[in-house]
Amino acid sequence: MLSTQQADDDSANVFVAKLDNARNVSNILKAIHFKDTATVFVTSQGLKVTVEDAKCVQANAFIQAAVFHHFVLTQDQATFKVNLSVLIECLTIFGSGAGGSTAAASLKMCYAGYGSPLVLMLEEDGVLTDCSLKTLEPDEVLDFDFCSTNVINKIIMKSECLKEVFNELDTSSDILQILMSPDAPFLQLSTFGNAGSTHSSFSKESDMVEAFQCTQTQSNRYKMQLLRPSSKALALSARISIRTDARGFLSLQYMIRNDDGQVCFVEFFCAPDEEMEEPDH
Amino acid sequence: MQGMSAEANEIYVELCPENLLRALRTAQAARWVKMKLTNKHTPCLTVEVELPSIGSCHRLAVHDIPITIIKRRDWADYAEPEMPDFDVSITMPTLKMLKNVVDKMKNINNFVSLSANQNGEMKLSVETDMVSINTHFKDLFNPAWRRDAGDAGVGESSRSSQGDPAQFAQARIDIRRFAQFLSSQQVNPNRVICNIVNNRVVHFYLMHDDVSLQYFMPVVST
Repeated sequence: MLSTQQADDDSANVFVAKLDNARNVSNILKAIHFKDTATVFVTSQGLKVTVEDAKCVQANAFIQAAVFHHFVLTQDQATFKVNLSVLIECLTIFGSGAGGSTAAASLKMCYAGYGSPLVLMLEEDGVLTDCSLKTLEPDEVLDFDFCSTNVINKIIMKSECLKEVFNELDTSSDILQILMSPDAPFLQLSTFGNAGSTHSSFSKESDMVEAFQCTQTQSNRYKMQLLRPSSKALALSARISIRTDARGFLSLQYMIRNDDGQVCFVEFFCAPDEEMEEPDH
Repeated sequence: MQGMSAEANEIYVELCPENLLRALRTAQAARWVKMKLTNKHTPCLTVEVELPSIGSCHRLAVHDIPITIIKRRDWADYAEPEMPDFDVSITMPTLKMLKNVVDKMKNINNFVSLSANQNGEMKLSVETDMVSINTHFKDLFNPAWRRDAGDAGVGESSRSSQGDPAQFAQARIDIRRFAQFLSSQQVNPNRVICNIVNNRVVHFYLMHDDVSLQYFMPVVST
């Protein structure tokens, strides 16, 4: 849907997107904000923002084109790297807006192609802020080669119960062990910290579990430090899907509803911690 | 109280603000507060507070705040800076909105450029080699100042127009000090006026019923 040509929608921009509530973008980006830089991929489907750490963990935030009331891309795709911390500061320039009480700021994003800055224009209560962020050469992002055909175990559940468990994870434990099995205990999260080991189990019969497709007993360990940032996404989400493949790679997918009820997804991929020998159950 | 002399009807004292603050805190529910200069082994500002009491006895709290008397010959050091001959005078936008924006800008850089014109427009800018952010406020009121001999007051007569009203005067100031100033606005002033001398100083003038507060912030050189 193209609106009438405005002075700043000049043909120099390869990408222009507008939405009424900047929080619908900033909240999702905060969920993957565990490093300073992010790679942004713009396609006709929408935006994908990727953050990586230690070559072992990758988070992707998907904001579909439908979330914007105006989304125009004049080339196949656009990719650039930006400072995510600064981007989030710009998007929340009128205040972090805790609670729905504050007025929403409207947002317009423009990008004029390779080498150009990402330009943001935000407006709230008649006050206008314009930001120009330098874009950087995008790095190669990891391909975790995680496809649904290789999935061994999959559980979809409501995020509610997991939120508490994740917040209370023993941070003195270097690793988080995830066990998934067609047999009891079905799903178990374990930590091994200074005070001892903790195991939290979820039965497949639980009301919280929406889908349970486990074919094989698998126990994998992941560095706690790499997975802890995913708790931000978990906190915002309504549902979570947990999947592991034959290599022990973990895929966590979070379904998040924004202020206007639209659905966005965030996914985390994490490689298993290789230093451990076969763990005992 | 009496000053040094009839000609110099003032006394200049120096004290630690924390002490006065503590004394005044006890006075929040006071019946009356009396302040006097005393000499109790050392010069003091004595604050007497009568607190409410159920019975007929008085409840009196007395605070003796040590002070240093400033000698007459040093008074010139404490002369109030003159109202600068500013290029632009403008009323500040809602402090809450301003505070939110400045708090975010604080995370970007240590200095902010504050500019305004006589057309009711104000702009805040921060810049690093990674990002530049500009926030524009408009429809602000430009007060008119009466330039009488001595006392400057806000009056009806307009200043002689000094060039293009759309021209911005700007000043680059320390953002943390600016943020501190914004977060200290507990007094709910009637109006906050911002006067800018291009590239020299920003002067904030808070007007309240019986009290006025002035902040001078010099520019930071590039």
